[in-house]
Amino acid sequence: MADIADQTPERIPINLVVNGARRTLEVAPWTTLLDALRDRLELTGTKKGCDHGQCGACTVLIDGRRVNSCLTLAVMKDGAEITTIEGLAKDGALHPLQQAFIDHDAFQCGYCTPGQICSAAGLLAEGRARDADEIRELMSGNLCRCGAYPNIVAAIEQAMSRS
Amino acid sequence: MNAYVGTPTSRVDGRAKVTGAAKYAGEFTAEGLVHGFVVEATIPRGRIVRLDTREALKVAGVLDVLTHANRPSLADNDEAWKDEVAPEGSPFRPLYDDLIRFNGQPIALVVAEEWETAKFAATLVRIDYEQDGFATDLEGERGSAREMDKPHKPRGDAKAALSAAPVRHEADYLIPTEHHNPMELYATTTVWESDGKLTVYDKTQGVQNVQKFLCGVFDKKPEEIRVLSPYVGGAFGSGLRPQYQVVLATLAALALKRSVRVVLSRQQMYGLGYRPMTIEHVALGARPDGTLDAVSHEAIAVTSRYEDFSRNDAGWAEQLYKSPNSHSSHKLVDLDVSTPCDMRAPGAATGVLALECAMDELAVALKLDPIELRLKCYSDRDQSEDLPYTSKQLRECYACGAEAFGWARRTRAPRSMRDGKELVGWGMATGVWEALQMPVAARILLTANGHAEVSCAASDIGTGTYTIVAQVAADALGLPIENITVRLADSTLPQAPVEGGSWMAASSAHAVLAAAEEIRQELARLAKAMPGSPLANLDAADATLVDGMIASDGKDGAAVSIADVLRHSGRERIEKEKLNQFAEDKSHARNTHSAVFAEVKVDEELGVIRVTRVVSAVAAGRILNTKTGRSQIMGSVVWGIGMALHEETVMDHRFGRIMNANIAEYHIPVNADIHDIDVIFVDEPDSRINRMGIKGLGEIGIVGVPAAIANAVYHATGKRIRRFPITLDKLLD
Repeated sequence: MADIADQTPERIPINLVVNGARRTLEVAPWTTLLDALRDRLELTGTKKGCDHGQCGACTVLIDGRRVNSCLTLAVMKDGAEITTIEGLAKDGALHPLQQAFIDHDAFQCGYCTPGQICSAAGLLAEGRARDADEIRELMSGNLCRCGAYPNIVAAIEQAMSRS
Repeated sequence: MNAYVGTPTSRVDGRAKVTGAAKYAGEFTAEGLVHGFVVEATIPRGRIVRLDTREALKVAGVLDVLTHANRPSLADNDEAWKDEVAPEGSPFRPLYDDLIRFNGQPIALVVAEEWETAKFAATLVRIDYEQDGFATDLEGERGSAREMDKPHKPRGDAKAALSAAPVRHEADYLIPTEHHNPMELYATTTVWESDGKLTVYDKTQGVQNVQKFLCGVFDKKPEEIRVLSPYVGGAFGSGLRPQYQVVLATLAALALKRSVRVVLSRQQMYGLGYRPMTIEHVALGARPDGTLDAVSHEAIAVTSRYEDFSRNDAGWAEQLYKSPNSHSSHKLVDLDVSTPCDMRAPGAATGVLALECAMDELAVALKLDPIELRLKCYSDRDQSEDLPYTSKQLRECYACGAEAFGWARRTRAPRSMRDGKELVGWGMATGVWEALQMPVAARILLTANGHAEVSCAASDIGTGTYTIVAQVAADALGLPIENITVRLADSTLPQAPVEGGSWMAASSAHAVLAAAEEIRQELARLAKAMPGSPLANLDAADATLVDGMIASDGKDGAAVSIADVLRHSGRERIEKEKLNQFAEDKSHARNTHSAVFAEVKVDEELGVIRVTRVVSAVAAGRILNTKTGRSQIMGSVVWGIGMALHEETVMDHRFGRIMNANIAEYHIPVNADIHDIDVIFVDEPDSRINRMGIKGLGEIGIVGVPAAIANAVYHATGKRIRRFPITLDKLLD
């Protein structure tokens, strides 16, 4: 039997377009997109809260869709376009959701916030939520332990009404 | 000048948080940073007889596996391991020896070049144990409970009064273990600086507490270790005491002379502090008119075998309600678990939950409206100490809350209100917490361009400290808030205790005021001395800082710009630091209060409970920031909903191991669980408690919420659930 300790994986080269910039990196197959973003590309705005797809803090947009980056292996996304919280503001101007989160005080500690905002951006693009009840339901994959939910809903409603 | 204090100012750290620029403990990096992954014990009590790291060490990229057998030196005495909020006992020391004291105890740290490698290699560490007998079940061990110091001396003879009371209610309320589960994982990055000093980025509520602790544990001089936590991704009490990963990261950095990051997994976080399970026995005796004759509250709580963690669960009844006879006691049961720790409103969240459910049950027995009962035994004095309050607008909370909620439309009988196929229930409860304040120092650096930097070691754990410090400084210095920079949570900054107990708002605000006062005095002195000064006759006591000027309050209205004052005195800047100490005053009781009203809708067939409305009317002195303050109470209400309906850490007592150590099976409220929450701040001027009349908001918002919901569930269904959380299976039983 081969020694299990010798079975560390080879690295595989991949290309990602992250926040509009092409990035080439070599990652082991076991590296998640979340860890690649945080540890390899130093984009720590995307947060790790559970590493099991339970909390939504790691939500990013992949080809425009909201995805838990902790449940996504980086090698699976070769060639994908990825938008993280760092890529939402354009030329220093906040994304309407970012401004709405500040206006409505839709966070306290701020740790779930990048995931909430990316998730909300995905939700707006989906066009599925028409009222507060639907926002609540469709944002329930993003936990907020500070309990800012009513303010998160109000912020998303503001951004929805202006988009 | 109050341009900012009392207004809904948006968070000054908002932009950093919505852009991802805010950096948390596990996000700092350094050249050559390596990663540690913890191996935890899988038995609750015993001894390690073999710990084989050979296979783990073979993995390419693994640098070391630290255990009790090969670690660098750690302090060998309890005093070194006691942090500023340690309870009585002998604190846990990670990787100290071969003894296992609780399931989930860290027993090895695998350090590797990459995190994934360390995580993989951690699975290859082989451990054999010699297991000892153990106990982890509070209910099973209730008989071994031992009495702690009573929170208050008894009044009268509660036992006799209870047995003589015409109307009595007596019951046990069981509140399970709960875990804080902040969104950020417990994390430390210890940076090995080129001169061998350590810079430690840690997820903590108190950088100076951790700094002193690490100096003691590793026998370092204060200048050798600096601790920072500029942003903290939620803590709720979990970061009051140093978490074990700060010891492990620092230990590994010293062993390897490299920078090390240790981030715990969500599951591993369950091996640290928690709200201890309690059995709350409440007995109330009343006369038919609703006046109380006796209150008795006995709490039995879990602690570890090595530390006595106890809080005031049982003392609230006898403080709050008028009753000639009262008794309270707090008992502990030692179990093979880690030591509990403070979790949002420790003691009150649990004790007042039981008390306010019991009051509701008594109101039912008396056929009284629950508010009417509370008004019957309302007291304007602290009943325990027989002291007046610095302020107490609880009566106003009841009135405003009831009005906003529409309480008058409630029909009293259970199951008497419906909405389609759902039963509707309306319940209420009282909340109470202490208004604490601590010595804190602040430093202000005012520069000639009209900017001020305010520094303090206090943390902002999401509570809004950055923002309120900026507001208070802007007002005190007469500057726009954009001109204020706030630096917090660095152990080299002026003194602050851990951020907890709701004391930081009052404490930090008054530290800023004190430092600003020094600045004002200095500016007044310099302004008088200016050649041809329009303020030559200024009395320093009459000088106000406003709009970038120092102005006389006198009739002439003379004023000089701060920039001119500094230029004429040949200075670029003025720097002042001041420690604020609050005058000791034992003549009055200091508390915050609330009245909470909840509406639930219960599906009669499925037992599904929705909390459709909550009104929380809070009396907490002056509210520094109505926006962040409202959010803090709202978040606490969400916590209360979790406590009532969702949260429970479940242990398999056959193995002494937690079964739901994750945030899918440990339920916290999600967005869809939360509906309308209305926060009302009742006007409560308080000129006695401190200069600004601040009481603090961190804890009061949760107290009373779970009881109001439990009482609403009873009103909806006629079922009284005393074992929390109230899950649908209990309603369908």
